[in-house]
Amino acid sequence: MSRLPNKDNGTGMTRRGFLVAMTAAGVSFGFPRMAMAAMDPATDNGQPLPNADALYEPTLWYSIDSAGKVKVNIIRAEMGQHVGTSIARILADELEADWDDVEIIHVDSDKKWGLMVTGGSWSVSQSWPIYRQAGAAGRTALLEAAAKLWGVPQRLCQASKGQIICGKKSISYGELIAQGVSRQFTEDELKALPLKPNQDMTLVGQQVRGLDINNKTTGQTVFGIDANVEGMVYAAPILPPTRYGSKVLSVDDSAAKAVKGYQQFITLDDPSNTVPGWVVVLASSYYAAKKASELVKVEWQVGPAAKVSEADIINHGRELLKDASKGAILDTGDTNTEPVFANAASSIEHEYITDTVLHAQMEPLNALVFQNADGVWEIHSGCQWQSLTLPVAAAALQVPEDHVVIRAYMLGGGFGRRLNGDYTIPAALASKAIGGKPVKLVFTREQDLQFDSPRSASLQQLRMAFDGDKHVLAMEHHATAGWPTEVMIPVFMPKGTNGQPYDPFSIAGADHWYNVGAQKVRAVSNDLANDTFRPGWLRSVSPGWVGWAVESFMDEAAHHAGVDPLDFRLQHLTAEGRNAGAGPIASGGASRQAAVLKKAAEMIGYGKELPKDSGIGIASTFGQERDMPTWVAVAVQVKVERDTGLVHVEKLHVAVDAGIIVDPDGAEAQCQGGALWGLSMALYEGTKLVNGKFQDSNFDTYTPLRIGQTPEVKVEFIKNDYAPAGLGEPAVTPVAPAIANAIYHAVGVRLRKIPMTPDDVKAALKA
Amino acid sequence: MAKFILNGKPVAVDVDGDTPLLWVIRDELNMTGTKFGCGIGTCGACTVHVGGRATRSCTTPLSAVEGAEITTIEGLSEQGTHPVQVAWQKHQVPQCGYCQSGQIMQAAALLKDIPNPSDDDIDAVMSGNLCRCMTYVRIREAVREAANTMSMQGGKDEQTA
Repeated sequence: MSRLPNKDNGTGMTRRGFLVAMTAAGVSFGFPRMAMAAMDPATDNGQPLPNADALYEPTLWYSIDSAGKVKVNIIRAEMGQHVGTSIARILADELEADWDDVEIIHVDSDKKWGLMVTGGSWSVSQSWPIYRQAGAAGRTALLEAAAKLWGVPQRLCQASKGQIICGKKSISYGELIAQGVSRQFTEDELKALPLKPNQDMTLVGQQVRGLDINNKTTGQTVFGIDANVEGMVYAAPILPPTRYGSKVLSVDDSAAKAVKGYQQFITLDDPSNTVPGWVVVLASSYYAAKKASELVKVEWQVGPAAKVSEADIINHGRELLKDASKGAILDTGDTNTEPVFANAASSIEHEYITDTVLHAQMEPLNALVFQNADGVWEIHSGCQWQSLTLPVAAAALQVPEDHVVIRAYMLGGGFGRRLNGDYTIPAALASKAIGGKPVKLVFTREQDLQFDSPRSASLQQLRMAFDGDKHVLAMEHHATAGWPTEVMIPVFMPKGTNGQPYDPFSIAGADHWYNVGAQKVRAVSNDLANDTFRPGWLRSVSPGWVGWAVESFMDEAAHHAGVDPLDFRLQHLTAEGRNAGAGPIASGGASRQAAVLKKAAEMIGYGKELPKDSGIGIASTFGQERDMPTWVAVAVQVKVERDTGLVHVEKLHVAVDAGIIVDPDGAEAQCQGGALWGLSMALYEGTKLVNGKFQDSNFDTYTPLRIGQTPEVKVEFIKNDYAPAGLGEPAVTPVAPAIANAIYHAVGVRLRKIPMTPDDVKAALKA
Repeated sequence: MAKFILNGKPVAVDVDGDTPLLWVIRDELNMTGTKFGCGIGTCGACTVHVGGRATRSCTTPLSAVEGAEITTIEGLSEQGTHPVQVAWQKHQVPQCGYCQSGQIMQAAALLKDIPNPSDDDIDAVMSGNLCRCMTYVRIREAVREAANTMSMQGGKDEQTA
């Protein structure tokens, strides 16, 4: 809520009363959205619709009013997944609500919601049990209420499409609530509630239009950059030459004063050390602020990163990997690989590199911040991780955390960039510097990319040991990169078997499901990367680059063993021991990975005759993490132009097993987009750090995939009854290695760095 | 005072003539459907129609549109029922949605120029519009569907300006 807790105390206002009062005020007096809680992406201005008189909240997660409208609270950020529609559907199915009565509300930050984060492809998978329970609670309460009303046994009553029915009698949920329903449930009661059998679910798995879709075709969707409050001033930042360690020595704004609308500059004082060395320029419009900012001269004492470039990061990583004592060893069962390699008949070892990748979400970073009449600092901005961002903002503003609220907005792309809310801090500090007045700060694209928390450059070394018959005996995987989790939230780091902490989002994928005998996986933090820029979580996190190494290497291993790459994989996906899988999501284990591989191979016609210089490559991963595997296999067909080095991806076929698919259309969309992200990062993206800055600063040279480069994409899902895994990222992960494998198949050269550029292809063909 | 016609209505704004049309529309006239993406005309998120032509508003100075008829996504149709919008809704093209105003304005202009575009035409014209969610497969499908709808309607769209 937008009030300080101590001001709420003693008013005797219930949450319901508060909501009704706020809603009434919003409607009657036309208050701007700043006075409202949360956002409904289906309404004209994002403002949730008012409730009818009586309201029943079976759990924290939703309310039903006496008109029968079901408002589902969504703590996940909407950034293209139609996540609210998926989650509300899980609840509505269990509640037996009429889908036409369902509205979704993306809520503002509040401690009561628990951990607020949208990432990891977790949203649907984690919401599945919770929102089903919540729906069952409402259904149970309404069944009880109707049974009591009619004086009949509850077992004779049924819930269906927003009504309770008993024989010829029926009553709507709204009517029951108008008569008063107040049943609440303890945690234990919730857990004991009977859930519908999966096969009886009627909304899950059906085609439903995303509730956020229509407004996104009419320009009505309210993104963070569209936030607007009375009296706000516009801000343009001036970024220092390095991410860390720069200090402002002097500022000269004499030339800026000629710009109409220019107000002042502010040298930010940041106790959170998020934006050291920043200057912010204020003006009456954004364009005036930007124009003035280009005329303000700033001198800095420059941080040490100004001397660091991409090759330094990679070379430093190689030095780190040489020292076997560095890093964390993951628990992969038998990790004692040394004696196996010592006695092996043969072994192979290869090194894989990935260049820095930028998020480049379409909506440049921005935030509107002010202190409201109740003294609370309101941050209006799209955000993927409120629980991480809010404490940083509180530290920057030097106020307690309950004096800060992050308002919900639609995100013009997240892809992990908005997990790290550092971009809200300069607006907050600028607002504080002018007494809490609203400041809307917008980054230019150049600033957005310079300030990115990119996917760090990475270096990986993989080894495999074989016996005299070329059977696999052991495998090692050593990986190093900048570690976002270490830099931003080290408490999220588990410990390896050697007691060393590690960033799970910088190694997941290496702990694969192939049975390879003794297996050692070592993750090493690249401290030079961490000190030079702020590493970020980028769509598909480590499986996007670790998977590239694993699945390229599996092909290389297959060729060493003289076995077809598909057969080689299937031979090692035996689903034995720790790879058998357990639990509602991961049951079936490696056998499900084998199934998607076979499916993808079948989709593309694996083994068929191909024209000269064309090739088919396959690769397969388990998505994001072993606890929540989404089994994905990709088969691509490429044609390589030997003269130019151009690689044309002609077909991109994706087979996915994510268990129960809640939203088939959205699931397909995520896999289409994810697979194309994989393609984009394999061939067209990637930047390099040059003297502390990324060499690309806009879409003239940073070139994600365009429509003309988009191949035929086919996506097929395996149908089964396992609990849902996630779909936002997994389809990214097998694409780059599948392309590398296809290039090898087409022209016999192996590329071990992404992006795979035409120059790389030409050089490899000449070698 | 610069004057032009926005979505059929005359407007006047008092800002410097070098101000990009994008910021005039967004910050002075409070129509936020048109989006800022790159500022250098390479991503297409800011696409509007100037005199019926798809135009990157981020690189179009206000001084260049004096008296012009300008249409933004808000003015493409009154109820979001332009055939391109309808096709976009049916195919659930938008993911995050941020680039889609520009995509839709570009596609509407495309279909005016080439009522029955080939896949190559679609790729060529729409390649100036970046979609970071990579909804390209559905953009192709939706443009084709809108083309069919419009040819059945005799090429008529509901553009107000």
